Amino acid sequence: MGELRHVTLDPAEGSGFATTKLNELLGWARKWSLFKYPFVTACCGMEFMALTSPRFDGTARFGAEAPRFSPRQSDLLWVVGTISQRQAPVLRRVYEQMMEPKWVLAFGTCASCGGFYDNYTTVPGIDKIIPCDVYVPGCPPRPEAVIDGLMLLQDKIARGDRTPGVVKPREDPAPGLVQLRRNKGVSA
Amino acid sequence: MSERVLEALRSKFGAAVMSTHSLHGDDTAVIEPSAWKDVCTFLRNDPQMSFDMLVDLCGVDYPSRSPRIEVVLHLYSIAKRHRIRLKTAVGDEDLVGCEVDSVTGLWPGANWFEREVFDLIGVRFTGHPDLRRILMYPEFEGHPLLKDYPADRTQPLVPYRTEAEAGVPLEKLAPFGPDEGMPFGRHNVRSGSFTSPSGKDNN
Repeated sequence: MGELRHVTLDPAEGSGFATTKLNELLGWARKWSLFKYPFVTACCGMEFMALTSPRFDGTARFGAEAPRFSPRQSDLLWVVGTISQRQAPVLRRVYEQMMEPKWVLAFGTCASCGGFYDNYTTVPGIDKIIPCDVYVPGCPPRPEAVIDGLMLLQDKIARGDRTPGVVKPREDPAPGLVQLRRNKGVSA
Repeated sequence: MSERVLEALRSKFGAAVMSTHSLHGDDTAVIEPSAWKDVCTFLRNDPQMSFDMLVDLCGVDYPSRSPRIEVVLHLYSIAKRHRIRLKTAVGDEDLVGCEVDSVTGLWPGANWFEREVFDLIGVRFTGHPDLRRILMYPEFEGHPLLKDYPADRTQPLVPYRTEAEAGVPLEKLAPFGPDEGMPFGRHNVRSGSFTSPSGKDNN
């Protein structure tokens, strides 16, 4: 959060004031009122529903619950799912219609880099056509990972930081479960 | 089960039925392309056949064969409860003469199947009411399911941002190193060579 330095509060008066920098106040206000535009195209949409429903409550807690199905009224574009080459102009146009300041979150591996759709039909990551602020990898990502991504984005908004960020796994969920043939000289 | 369908086809169309087989109970007839529509009309309208349902229509590319493109049609009769697969082969190596009669007039459901085969393989269905691309966009060049369509060729509608524009690296990294996991790269059908993501030709 931008530092809101509480200076004085008179309980008898029931009023007071705080001092801060204008940028920090704006950042603080913006990060808690992200109106989302869900651009949901594929199976990640199911995980997006899990994220927003009460069990995880992954958006309302962070002031990002209200969806706006007009790009002109929203500030956070959620790109949830695979973007095909045929959809790319639509996504580009939706992004261009959004009002500044605007942010983009790539939800899932396909939106982040195209995933395993390495072929003629799929855009290899939405950053090839629009700027992207936060990448949440996963196929689909766990709601916890998306919440991490949302908090990372809030952090960036508060700091005014526009460099892209990637949500990394906090720990290997099952060490030793998957063994890559890494430098072992396995005979086939 | 529907061997008598094959029998009827052989007796009625003679040499236009190039071959038949019933591998694993799948009764299949390979048809001369010129007889395609006649055979389909017979199968649809004859009371003993009455194939009233078109199950599937697809195209297959066999680059080493001539004719090269195979069109496969699966039919089912709800009334008679028998099914059959029809095949025909058209087009030379450069897809010249890659044409077959449309069966949309017999089964209206064939409309979008034929558009799909036209879009992805390049077969032109003569007599089709609205033969245009259905999955790819009109600006797309070529037919992506042909085996000689380059596997890494994309045709973006929106020009990609450059790295200078983005200010960050945009290259997609292979998830494994060259000595681990599965090989990420491309086999070239024609030359048989293998290209790794780094662009080196490993053969």
